[in-house]
Amino acid sequence: MLILRLLVDPDRVANTAPTKHMLSLLLQALPTNAAPVAASNANGAGSPLTAYWPVMIFFVFAIIFPVLPIVLGRLLRPNIYQKEKMRPYECGIDPETEAHDRFTVRYYIVAMLFLIFDVETIFLLPWAIIFMGDDFTFTKFALLEMFVFLGILVLGYYYAWRKGALEWA
Amino acid sequence: MDWLNNLVGPTVARGIFQFIGINVAFVVVLMIVAYTVLAERRVLGFIQGRLGPNRVGPGGILQPFADLLKFIFKEEIVPDKSTRFIYFLAPFLAITCALMPIIVYPFGPEIHIPGTRIVFPLVVARFDVALLYVLAITSVGVYGIALAGWSSNNKYSLMGGLRSAAQLISYELSLGLSLVGVVLLSGTLDLYEIVGQQGGWHGLRWNIIFQPLGFIIYLISAIAETNRVPFDLPEAETELVAGFHTEYSALKFALFFMAEYVNMFTVSMLATTMFFGGWQGPGVSTFPLLGIFYFLGKVICFLFLYIWLRGTLPRFRFDQLMNFGWKFLLPMAILNLIITATVVFFFGT
Repeated sequence: MLILRLLVDPDRVANTAPTKHMLSLLLQALPTNAAPVAASNANGAGSPLTAYWPVMIFFVFAIIFPVLPIVLGRLLRPNIYQKEKMRPYECGIDPETEAHDRFTVRYYIVAMLFLIFDVETIFLLPWAIIFMGDDFTFTKFALLEMFVFLGILVLGYYYAWRKGALEWA
Repeated sequence: MDWLNNLVGPTVARGIFQFIGINVAFVVVLMIVAYTVLAERRVLGFIQGRLGPNRVGPGGILQPFADLLKFIFKEEIVPDKSTRFIYFLAPFLAITCALMPIIVYPFGPEIHIPGTRIVFPLVVARFDVALLYVLAITSVGVYGIALAGWSSNNKYSLMGGLRSAAQLISYELSLGLSLVGVVLLSGTLDLYEIVGQQGGWHGLRWNIIFQPLGFIIYLISAIAETNRVPFDLPEAETELVAGFHTEYSALKFALFFMAEYVNMFTVSMLATTMFFGGWQGPGVSTFPLLGIFYFLGKVICFLFLYIWLRGTLPRFRFDQLMNFGWKFLLPMAILNLIITATVVFFFGT
């Protein structure tokens, strides 16, 4: 739907935050005269690439933070190997089978259902951003489009419910 | 500060400020997290009519550091049958994914340093897809738990890991959908902008006023996302020993433990930012630094709610938990979205 809208009315879509962001990233990669577009930003959030520098720096922090005490601990703690100690914990009884056994297929069904609805959520976020603009006809179009989209989804949800995919007992 | 600007140029000066900001935010968040653990033990103690830890330092105030020292000096047990690389990787994944989102939250409004021309907002990293970034990083966190459960090669761990993965992905749906309503109202994913829009009208422009249903759905999903009571099925100690971290000891256990509390803190920060006006409060426009206290105060209220719930509520059964998530919370989230879209359409600006 977004792509369709982009074909019909590129200016409107291009002026919303995420698409603008993606477009400016694209334009920055191009060596043409696109620099002014990349430099300007609607709400002062910094230019797209420098805005992510803190994330990179913080990522290093977030890696070092757990590694440091682990290394420190390795130097300080006792380390005595005993075969009995390293057995899987099963309340003191010798484990007779491997733990990697078969488990119920319901986890698999939940994962599949999750995938469908999660993609839907990701699709709804850009829709929610461009929903309320200056152009009233577009808002009407977006509302109806979303009702159709959610309608199809709810139909699938109802089918899954009737088929018993949501039952857990 | 102008001399810094002249010396190295505005880009590097901004970089230095951001580096300082990262350090300060990191230390503040970790201290609050450490004391949340202590506060939880004390408050639970009072709820249950006992004292809680009060011996290390005055009123038990040094207890977090004593715990850390104990974790460092304890022997670590790695089961022979575990898949070693993944077993070591899992706690790092959990804590790193828990820590990553804290830098995008706005702690306060724009601060003007007196005597200079420098004005900067109290947010470490500001970019226009901040909310998407938070959702993306938190959903990676489930790998740490699932991999920990699988790699330990222990039946309890595997069961705990599977349950936890199923629970996290189920409640992530309603969590994400409940936030779409707020995005509809504000028209942006930039958290700083969302907070900015909630100012004025003596708090009547907070999103909780327009999204009460969305907030309740968010709160329930957030509690489930952080594996807290009444949704603490993954570590239901009466049936699964300790769930996915049964085989983890010493510092690796500490990392999982800390990841849980950091996650509690980040979902509380997101709730404050999205629904309770972030740093907005009386007098912020004249004294911008008050914003930090308002923000952290609201977050601490949420943390207290978590502890309070733990002291009062019993645990769900697993089928109840899944049914509640899929058959009640998800339809309610979709309903909330439809209502919000319709209302915005008819009464929008």
